[in-house]
Amino acid sequence: MREDYIRTEQLAVGYGSQVLIRQIELHVKRGQIVTLIGPNGSGKSTILKSIIRHIRPLGGAVCLDGRSMKDMTEREIGRRMSILMTDRVRPEAMTCREVAAAGRYPHTGRFGILSREDRKKVDEALAMVQASDLADQEFARVSDGQKQRVLLARAICQEPEAIVLDEPTSFLDIRHKLELLEILKELVQKRRVAVLLSLHELDLAQKISDYVVCVNRGAVERCGTPEEIFTPDYMERLYGIEARRFNGAFCSAELEPAAGKPEVFVIGGNGSGIPVYRRLQRQGIPFAAGVLHENDGEYPVARALAARVIAERPFEPISREAFEEASRILQTCSQVICCLTEFGTMNEKNRQLARMGEEQNRRRSRTEEENRT
Amino acid sequence: MAAGNRDSRSRYLLSFGLLLALFVLLFLWNLNSGTVQLTPGEIAKILFTEGGDRTARPIVWEIRLPRILAAAILGGALAVSGFLLQTFFANPIASPFVLGISSGAKLTVALAMIVLLERGLTISSAGMVLAAFAGSMISMGFVLLISGRVRQMSMLVVCGVMIGYICSAITDFLVTFAEDSDIVSLHNWSLGSFSGTSWEQVKLSAAIVFACLVLTLFMAKPMGAYRLGEVYAQNMGVNLHRFRAALILVSSVLSACVTAFAGPVSFVGIAVPHLAKRLFGTSSPLVLIPGCFLGGSVFCLFCDRIARTAFSPAELSISSVTAVFGAPVVILIMAGRRKQAA
Repeated sequence: MREDYIRTEQLAVGYGSQVLIRQIELHVKRGQIVTLIGPNGSGKSTILKSIIRHIRPLGGAVCLDGRSMKDMTEREIGRRMSILMTDRVRPEAMTCREVAAAGRYPHTGRFGILSREDRKKVDEALAMVQASDLADQEFARVSDGQKQRVLLARAICQEPEAIVLDEPTSFLDIRHKLELLEILKELVQKRRVAVLLSLHELDLAQKISDYVVCVNRGAVERCGTPEEIFTPDYMERLYGIEARRFNGAFCSAELEPAAGKPEVFVIGGNGSGIPVYRRLQRQGIPFAAGVLHENDGEYPVARALAARVIAERPFEPISREAFEEASRILQTCSQVICCLTEFGTMNEKNRQLARMGEEQNRRRSRTEEENRT
Repeated sequence: MAAGNRDSRSRYLLSFGLLLALFVLLFLWNLNSGTVQLTPGEIAKILFTEGGDRTARPIVWEIRLPRILAAAILGGALAVSGFLLQTFFANPIASPFVLGISSGAKLTVALAMIVLLERGLTISSAGMVLAAFAGSMISMGFVLLISGRVRQMSMLVVCGVMIGYICSAITDFLVTFAEDSDIVSLHNWSLGSFSGTSWEQVKLSAAIVFACLVLTLFMAKPMGAYRLGEVYAQNMGVNLHRFRAALILVSSVLSACVTAFAGPVSFVGIAVPHLAKRLFGTSSPLVLIPGCFLGGSVFCLFCDRIARTAFSPAELSISSVTAVFGAPVVILIMAGRRKQAA
């Protein structure tokens, strides 16, 4: 069995003398990515800051490479663990290469003069984060995404065996978020680095983590693999989201649905209904959706946004009961929208619903015209 | 962390060359200026041989040369002290003068002078430095206390200026109640001037300043890491407590030394590090520490020459001249930062 590279034993963290979280037991092995998630203010950063010794742990110990960090010198720690933080760094008159080269600190001599080999490692690290072309530009002038990449290069050329990152993706756009995490994954796979990070983006956490640690209300509430953690039930509880709003497969949550008696009936399926559901939600119109199979990709979205969903069990043809219920609700709606152009064996009854809807829409528009004239 | 590529290295060499040339030029210019006009030939004769004009010889050796050396050494010390404080507070307008550290030193030196003079004793150079050091550490203590509470850099500077005013007010108060005879020397000194520096003072200040300079060079590596902020610096292996203490101590000794011998001198500590950064095109401490020192020497030699000769025979205080040339630089820094923030 592999050794834990970063390990906390009964760690208590907080500010001043006030303990925020107690009894933290984290284990990160080399070649593993462990992610802390949890609501704002739950203490993810406090835990990470205590591990990197930015704030003093209020109890327990942090072990690095099998030794308590209390017994290690700054240099010994610097050679084993590097960091990447959210806070923006604003150094004056430093090129990106200089910023990255700062990572060689624990490996250089008294005056910090870089050897040829040090310089090679800096260039390699810059190449790894695809920032070679930025090397001679002034750090203060490159974009946030580029800055974060250069700072990651700094962390890489420190040649650590563990990297701790505090919400490294916070200011980045989606492409830069993905790129940063891909580089991280590469580090883990090629150099067997132990990675401990905190993330706000649950979808990213779900994709990158080997192990997820949930911090909530002053405690490490739950740990597990992404499959165990990112269930709708638990996520809704962890973040205090209303039931059914969270989609476990994509780790995303829908906005609050319009409540009330359905005014529109949407016949969807196979993802075709999602844009309509979202439009109706935006316009604040309560709607019903059906008949949807429970294994249809759009089912979770419909469940989150529709005032009423008529569902059928997976892989079963639409039952008579479901059809009847749907047609009853359909008749009370003032508009029917059918998003499907094709029907198959399993949702054959939706074709019938669609026809009923068409008829109903036509009748309604005729009465409206008559009323006008 | 001295940067690597060839372009920047040749820029450093050029910049050092320029500063050295300016230094030599100003050195000679200062040597040659004053009420007694001397030709370069005569000066060379006085400096390198035993001969030369009988009246000119003591003027050069006992008045001009110590004064020039004092301006060069203490000017350099001020610039380096400012650079250290700017690193410490991550604040581009931190300097011993702005943070009230010079004024604190001024207060204790004035106090020591008055107390000793009243007993008919004169204060030795070392005593002056010690008194100044005590004062600058007291001011520094207050500044640190405040900086722990306020995170904003502008507030820190405002507090520093206030400390400076309080110290100056107390100093004025002391001067008012001092014996008449004391006031003359005290008054001159409290305005700031390199005049009347003795060889003994030059030697002592050279010893202190160069020792500090060597210590500072040994701190260049952590200072370089500190540019990325304390979190990163600590992660790279900087012992923050030890580093901060060393930074504060060395910068206080430097500014105390300057205040003891020349009185409070304004703006050198801010303007020179900033100009040096521009000139060298880097913030690498290994380059900037000697760069600031040389730049401070050049700046003070220039300002001292103006102070002596602009309204000759009347002499200006050195601070008025450094303010005229230094204050615009500070304004430029502030304006530049606004632009960056926008």
